[in-house]
Amino acid sequence: MTPDFGQVWVYLSASPLTALTITLVAYLVGDWLYQKSGRMPILNPVLIAVVLITVGITMTGIDYWTYFEGAQFVHFLLGPATVALAIPVARLLKTMRKGFGAIAVSLFVGSATAAISAVFIAEILHASEKTVLSLAPKSVTTPIAMGIAERIGGLPSLTAVCVIMTGIIGAMIGPYVLNAARITSWDARGFAMGVAAHGIGTARAIQINKNAGAFASLAIGLNGLATATLIPILFTLWQWWTTP
Amino acid sequence: MLVALTQLLFCQLVGEVIARAFDLAIPGPVIGMSLLLVVLLYRQSIPENLESTAEGILSHLSLLFVPAGVGVVAHLSVLGNEWQAIIGSLIGSTAITVLVTGWVLQRLHRGVSDDS
Repeated sequence: MTPDFGQVWVYLSASPLTALTITLVAYLVGDWLYQKSGRMPILNPVLIAVVLITVGITMTGIDYWTYFEGAQFVHFLLGPATVALAIPVARLLKTMRKGFGAIAVSLFVGSATAAISAVFIAEILHASEKTVLSLAPKSVTTPIAMGIAERIGGLPSLTAVCVIMTGIIGAMIGPYVLNAARITSWDARGFAMGVAAHGIGTARAIQINKNAGAFASLAIGLNGLATATLIPILFTLWQWWTTP
Repeated sequence: MLVALTQLLFCQLVGEVIARAFDLAIPGPVIGMSLLLVVLLYRQSIPENLESTAEGILSHLSLLFVPAGVGVVAHLSVLGNEWQAIIGSLIGSTAITVLVTGWVLQRLHRGVSDDS
């Protein structure tokens, strides 16, 4: 009896088992390359894994939704992982006696910079108004960003894509920017990554230094709230400014 | 570990219920995180098993973004013919934000443990 590979493939291409295995293998390869390179930020494990999986599912003809049906088990863990960020933040706040004012100022400045610079650069590059508005909340976690985009008249689906790209870009170039600017304090490095590049930037900070990780975790939580408050205010001011 | 995982899921569940019941713009997991934070700050110490479980999940936080990242590639068409402007804005704005935020905090705040 010869094995029926067609039958096997029908099972594999639809089973969550394949998608889950592919996701983990691709990530392990990405992480291996990243570690091998001496942790070069440009070799971001998420980016490598995404490229490998995309090439893999395109070549084998598995469509994205079939893939996601399996990979959603990994995606689901983002929820409990977000809750778990309370632990490094609690550990930090229990030992911190000063610096709350400095954090509040940096948060406000960072949150405003993220939104204004995105809008400003997109305007210079002649993006349409809908695109400009979709870019404004790109530095906060996806669900908050989509909510803000919807409220100010952007495209939530475009925002979702921009948020993930921002995270990967931040994790890739953030450390080089911080080095070039001689920002050596782990607190400041972590906080900057959390404000600019939400969870993906934080994930990187956590792997590098405990303090950086705690400050990054603090930053994403706070920046979600700050941006959700700040952008609608900035948007109203901007409308008032541009309407004759 | 099982107890800790249940605690995390429970916080998320309560967060989701609050977010939906009051129709809040803040996602359920973020509310769950805030609730857990309040509980932990109120307690004397952080339970050890919760701490080690959180550490385990968070050390692989990058992995959890991979499916969403693949989704981005599948939806790259939303960038349309404005992709140059979008990518330019994302790279420029992210670099500026990292720089400004890090610089301001470093100037204002001597680290809690960096120099001690």
